[in-house]
Amino acid sequence: MLEVENLHATVDGRGILNGLDLAVGPGEVHAVMGPNGSGKSTLSYVLSGRDGYEVTEGSVRFRGADLLALEPEERAAAGLFLAFQYPVEIPGVTNMTFLKHAVNGLRVQRGEEELDAMQFLKLVRQKAKALGMSDDMLKRAVNVGFSGGEKKRNEILQMAVLEPAFAVLDETDSGLDIDALKIVADGVNALRGPGRSMLVITHYQRLLDYIVPDRVHVLAGGRIAQSGGKELALRLESEGYAAFADKAAA
Amino acid sequence: MAATAQTVAQVRDLGKYKHGWETEIEMETAPKGLNEDIVRFISARKDEPDWMLDWRLKAYRHWLTMTEPTWAMVDYPAIDFQDIYYYAAPKNTEGPKSLDEVDPELLRTYEKLGIPLKEQEVLAGVQGAPKVAVDAVFDSVSVATTFKKELESHGVIFCSISEALQNHPELVRKYLGTVVPYTDNFYATLNSAVFSDGSFVYIPPGVHCPMELSTYFRINAKDTGQFERTLIIADEGSYVSYLEGCTAPMRDENQLHAAVVELVTLKDAEIKYSTVQNWYPGDETGKGGIYNFVTKRGACRGDDSKIRWTQVETGSAITWKYPSCILQGDNSVGEFYSVAIANNAQQADTGTKMIHLGRNTRSRIISKGISAGRACNTYRGLVRMGSKALNGRNFTQCDSLLIGDRCGAHTVPYIESRNRTAKVEHEATTSRIGEDQLFYCRQRGIGEEDAVALIVNGFCKEVLQELPMEFAVEAQKLVGISLEGSVG
Ligand SMILES: Nc1ncnc2c1ncn2[C@@H]1O[C@H](COP(=O)(O)OP(=O)(O)O)[C@@H](O)[C@H]1O
Ligand SMILES: [Mg+2]
Repeated sequence: MLEVENLHATVDGRGILNGLDLAVGPGEVHAVMGPNGSGKSTLSYVLSGRDGYEVTEGSVRFRGADLLALEPEERAAAGLFLAFQYPVEIPGVTNMTFLKHAVNGLRVQRGEEELDAMQFLKLVRQKAKALGMSDDMLKRAVNVGFSGGEKKRNEILQMAVLEPAFAVLDETDSGLDIDALKIVADGVNALRGPGRSMLVITHYQRLLDYIVPDRVHVLAGGRIAQSGGKELALRLESEGYAAFADKAAA
Repeated sequence: MAATAQTVAQVRDLGKYKHGWETEIEMETAPKGLNEDIVRFISARKDEPDWMLDWRLKAYRHWLTMTEPTWAMVDYPAIDFQDIYYYAAPKNTEGPKSLDEVDPELLRTYEKLGIPLKEQEVLAGVQGAPKVAVDAVFDSVSVATTFKKELESHGVIFCSISEALQNHPELVRKYLGTVVPYTDNFYATLNSAVFSDGSFVYIPPGVHCPMELSTYFRINAKDTGQFERTLIIADEGSYVSYLEGCTAPMRDENQLHAAVVELVTLKDAEIKYSTVQNWYPGDETGKGGIYNFVTKRGACRGDDSKIRWTQVETGSAITWKYPSCILQGDNSVGEFYSVAIANNAQQADTGTKMIHLGRNTRSRIISKGISAGRACNTYRGLVRMGSKALNGRNFTQCDSLLIGDRCGAHTVPYIESRNRTAKVEHEATTSRIGEDQLFYCRQRGIGEEDAVALIVNGFCKEVLQELPMEFAVEAQKLVGISLEGSVG
C-alpha cells in the first residue's frame, strides 16, 4: 500500500529525515516510535504534503502512484488521512459544515456524486454516535474550545466519516486519560480491516496495548533505526530510547 | 455595437468577473458635466415640484463651496466632475403594466446577474413564489415594480422616489434631507443636487411589512455617475426589512457612485437594512472598478425604535461608506453588522457612526474586514455618547483577517463620551489566515479556494447570520468568489 524509499527531507534547510525506508502492506498496522524531535511529525507532514517540508531525495509510492507528485487534497482523495498531533481550530465553521465540505470535496475529486444534506446527516450522526459524541459537538466550531481529549476524538470522528485507505495517527494518545484513550482506540480498532492500513505514531508504548500493531519501527537519526514485532515496543518502554540516541549520534 | 462586442469578448477572455457586460437599452442622456442647467434639466425631466428644484439648486450651490474629502485611507486619481453624465434614463419611462412589457434585455440582465431562480420567479410573477418585492432600479429610473398591490392593501408605499414625488410629495418633503441634510458632505451634497432616482418606502403605523423589500441596483450606461437616493420611513410601531444588492458591468473607465440612503424610525418602529454590494472591483490592478462613495444614515427618532444595518461589501475599486445611526429616541437601538472584503487592488474605508442622544440608547457594532492581494481595508468608527444619553451602551467588535503578506488592515475607532453613566466597550483583533488552517482543510480533501472560502465564511459568521436567508446564501457564495485567486 505504502512504500517509502530512501526518503530525505528538510525543514528550513535542516535535514530531518535521512534515508527513511518503510513499507506498509494492505490491512497492516505499523507503529512508529521515537524520542521527541526525532522527526515523527515531520514524516507525517511529508507524507501528507505540507508546505515547508521539502523532500530532497527518495520516493514514496502510495497505492501504485507517486504520492509526492500530488497536492495535499489529491493525497486525501487518494485515500491518505492524517490525524494531527495538534488539531487545528477553525472559528465559525461547525464540525458539520467542515465534514460536509471534506466528504464532498473528496467525492468530487473522485468523480463521485456529492452527498445531499440528508444522506450526509445520517452518515455523520451514525459515526458520531459510535464514538459517543453528542450532536452538540457536531454543531460546535471545529476544535474551538475543545479539550485535548475532545480534539483527538474529533480527529477519529473525521477519520471514521472519511473512511481513508491509509491513516497516519500522530500521537493521537498524547494528552488523553485512560478512558479517553480507550474510546479513541476502540474507534481506531473499529476501522481496522483488510483494506485499511495505519501508521500509528506514538511516543509511549501505552497506546499499543489497545491498538496492537503488526510491526513496530523506531525512528532515530532521521531513519528507521530498528524494526520488530510488538515486543519491540515493550522493550523500548523498559530500556528507553537512549540506545538509539547513541546510535544516531555515532 | 462594437463596444458591446468588445466587452463581451473581454468578459469571455478574462472570465473573472461574472457580471461584466453591457445591456443595449436606448439611453436618453443629458450632456456631460454639471451646472445649474443640468440640475434644472434633471428636475424638469422628472416633472418635479418647485420646492424639489429649489432644494436641488441649494445643494448644488453649496456643493460649489465644498472640496472632496481626503481623510479616508483611499487613493485614487482625481475625479473630473465635469466629465460625467448626470442623467440617463431608459426611453420608456411610463412604467410597464406587467412584466411582459418589461424590456427583454432587462430580464436577460437579471438572468446574467444570477438572481436566484426563486427571485426570478418572483420577478416573473409565478404563482406561489416567495414574497420578495423587487423594485428594479435599472440605471437610474425604476422600470419594474412588482407586488405593488399586496403592499398597497397594507398601506405600504414602495415605489421609486420620482413616483413618490408625484404621488406622495408631502411625505417626501417632510422627511427628505432630515437625516442627511443637503449640506452634509461633498458626495451627499452632490447627490442632493443631481440624484436621479432610487427607492421610497413608507410603512404606516402598526404595519408589519408583509414581505422583504428588495432592490437590485445596476450601473449601466457608459460614464454615467450613479446618484441613487433612497428614503425609508417606518411610522410608529411598524417593521420593515429592506434588501439592497447590486452588480455592475465590465468597463474601462472608473465609475462614480454616490448614493444617499436615509432611514427614519418613529416610536416602536424597526428597520432592517441589508446590503450585498458586488460592484465591479476593477481588474487585478484596480483598473475599471467602481468608486463607491455612499452616505447611509438612519435616525431612530422615536422612543424604543431600532435600526439595523447589515452589509456585505465585496465589490468596488474604492468603498467609502459609513452606515450610521442617530439614536434620538429613549431606549432606541442601533446595530451595524459588516463584512468588508478587499482583494487585489481594492481599497475599502468603511465603518459606522453611532450617535447616542436619548437615554438608555444602545448600539452594537460587529465589523469583519478581510484583506487579500495588495488590498487595503480600513475600519473607521465613531461612537459618541451625548450629554443626555444617560446609561448609553455601546459594544464594538472589530476583527481583521489578512490573506497573504502584501495587504493591509487598519482600525480607526473614535470614541467620544460626554456623560459618565455611558459605557463604551471596544474589542479588536487582527489575524492572518493560518497556513495550518489551510493545510488542515486540504488534508481533509477540501481544495485550496474552497478552504479559503470556508475559513473566511467562518470568520464572518456573526454578520452573515444576520442577513435574511436568501441573501445569506448568496453572500456566502460571494465571499468565496471575491477571494478567488487570493492564495497559491
Ligand atoms: N515547522 C518547523 N520549523 C522548524 N523546525 C521544525 C519544524 N517542524 C519540525 N521541526 C524540527 O524538526 C525536528 C523534528 O520534529 P518533529 O518531526 O516534530 O519531531 P517529533 O514529532 O518526532 O517530536 C525537530 O528538531 C523540530 O524542531
Ligand atoms: Mg510530533
